[in-house]
Amino acid sequence: MNIVVCMKQVPDTTEVKIDPVTGTLIREGIPSIINPDDKGGLEAALALKDELGAKVTVLSMGPPQADLALREALAMGADEAVLLSDRAFGGADTWATSTTIAAALRKLGFDLIVCGRQAIDGDTAQVGPQIAEHLGLPHVSYVSELEATEGAVTVKRVFEDGYQRIKVKLPCLLTALKDMNKPRYMSVAGIFDAYKREIKVWGLADIEVDQDNIGLKGSPTRVKKSFTKGVKSAGKVYEVDAKEGARIIVEALKEKYVI
Amino acid sequence: MNISDYKGVMVFAEQRRGTVQKIAYELLGVGRRIADTLEEPLLALLVGHGLPDSAAAELIAQGADTVVVVDDPALEVYMTEPYAKAMTAAIERYKPGIVFTGATTIGRDLAPRVSARVRTGLTADCTGLEIEDGTRNLLMTRPAFGGNIMATIVCPEHRPQMSTVRPGVMRRLERDDSRKGSVEKLAVKIEAKDKNVEILEVVVEKAAKKNIEEANVLISGGRGLGNLDNFNKLQGIADELGGLVSASRAVVDAGWVGQDRQVGQTGKTVRPDVYFACGISGMIQHVAGMEDSDFIVAINKNSAAPIFEYADVGIVADINKLVPALVEELKAAKAAR
Repeated sequence: MNIVVCMKQVPDTTEVKIDPVTGTLIREGIPSIINPDDKGGLEAALALKDELGAKVTVLSMGPPQADLALREALAMGADEAVLLSDRAFGGADTWATSTTIAAALRKLGFDLIVCGRQAIDGDTAQVGPQIAEHLGLPHVSYVSELEATEGAVTVKRVFEDGYQRIKVKLPCLLTALKDMNKPRYMSVAGIFDAYKREIKVWGLADIEVDQDNIGLKGSPTRVKKSFTKGVKSAGKVYEVDAKEGARIIVEALKEKYVI
Repeated sequence: MNISDYKGVMVFAEQRRGTVQKIAYELLGVGRRIADTLEEPLLALLVGHGLPDSAAAELIAQGADTVVVVDDPALEVYMTEPYAKAMTAAIERYKPGIVFTGATTIGRDLAPRVSARVRTGLTADCTGLEIEDGTRNLLMTRPAFGGNIMATIVCPEHRPQMSTVRPGVMRRLERDDSRKGSVEKLAVKIEAKDKNVEILEVVVEKAAKKNIEEANVLISGGRGLGNLDNFNKLQGIADELGGLVSASRAVVDAGWVGQDRQVGQTGKTVRPDVYFACGISGMIQHVAGMEDSDFIVAINKNSAAPIFEYADVGIVADINKLVPALVEELKAAKAAR
């Protein structure tokens, strides 16, 4: 079985802080990591490899330094790594990103594509299903368990209020939840090896894609502005009886549109 | 694509097991406001099988001008491709300028698939939606970068402008049975090949177990509650707000609740939209795990408790008297809606 895992290198957003004076993001010194849901997907693919002898290729799109994330995946046990990197791919929204990645997947070939459900820097959960649409494949998102059967996979698909068990024939695309497993560590030999291995870097010339459909130009959406929520002003403290206190809280929640 | 051909707002009226979900009414609430600003109609798209007439009537009472019903046996249980086909057909038929879907585990599966198919933009998990003066484009505002920044997104040259909308943020309209609207059936042929996955089992759980790190609302209890019985009463607030109960280390050490609920340095770091600190003094080890919450409510009988320095709203009162009062007040607020 040919498995391709799509991964994104992301800043560890739990480490991000807001400058209390300027209200802007402090980006310096934020470590880059493999996006957690993607890492769950990678571990699921490697577990299938252990079990059935699959070939696991990791694919990422990003700047040249994203090769670090791919080397980590190689050190964990992936067989091959491809980095899609080209200025022409920059500024892409999820539509253009998924179009670019789909083109690379066509070139790579696959039986099973595994993406993370969503990336922690964007939280959109859109790229996986959009890749599947561009490739005309069935997809199942929010996957928390995965097993392979003959020519198909059976997965647990999670909802807010329960789950479905779904069987889907290969080829198909799954989006994985980080909770589905505990990713293995890189092995020492794997780390040494990973730095000797070649990471293929593909640019615009290496994939078949319409230039009108990629990068900023191919993106239907634009960021009009971005802003931080600003520095918090000091709160108010009330010394009141329980009933009045409850009323004050409910009013505040209404103002916040919580209720 | 001729943008001026696209008019109106369409909301996806998500239903599960024949029950229209709360998010559908929230989408109608924001959809009505946007449609009125544009002076265009508001459509609700109801996809399923054998849904009662009362479902469409309720959507009209809560703001829809037209309810578009797609009915097919293959649409009884949510499955991506048949639903994507139904929604795409509705977009092609009605050409709405805007389409809202809930940012639920169904909406976030369906909307990207459809947006890729109709070649338009999709903005995820929006918490703010406005019409821009002049251009009449939709301004879609959403949190990004782990909630650290907000971004406003536009989709100027493609239609429809699609977004998924975070549940619990938009206000629904007051229901009005005198509101008039129409119900139209849209025939969509779902073929055997569209059912491209096989659902082996459907399991409904009362509430899927959620992680406190993912909750939008946390009701956190501390030693000030006095005993386990009082701590358990926090669940009443959590139920009303759709949140989860979490705890300080003292409470976990006392064995009132498991460690998976612990907030703080040695527990979990949380960043919910609303954090209640109930009978928690606010030692630095606790604060480190929750200070980035969007909105903090603190209740403590000691007015000198450090937690008040972090609170947006602080109430100096006996927490065990306040909990029942708050549950009652929340119920009343809901009933008044």
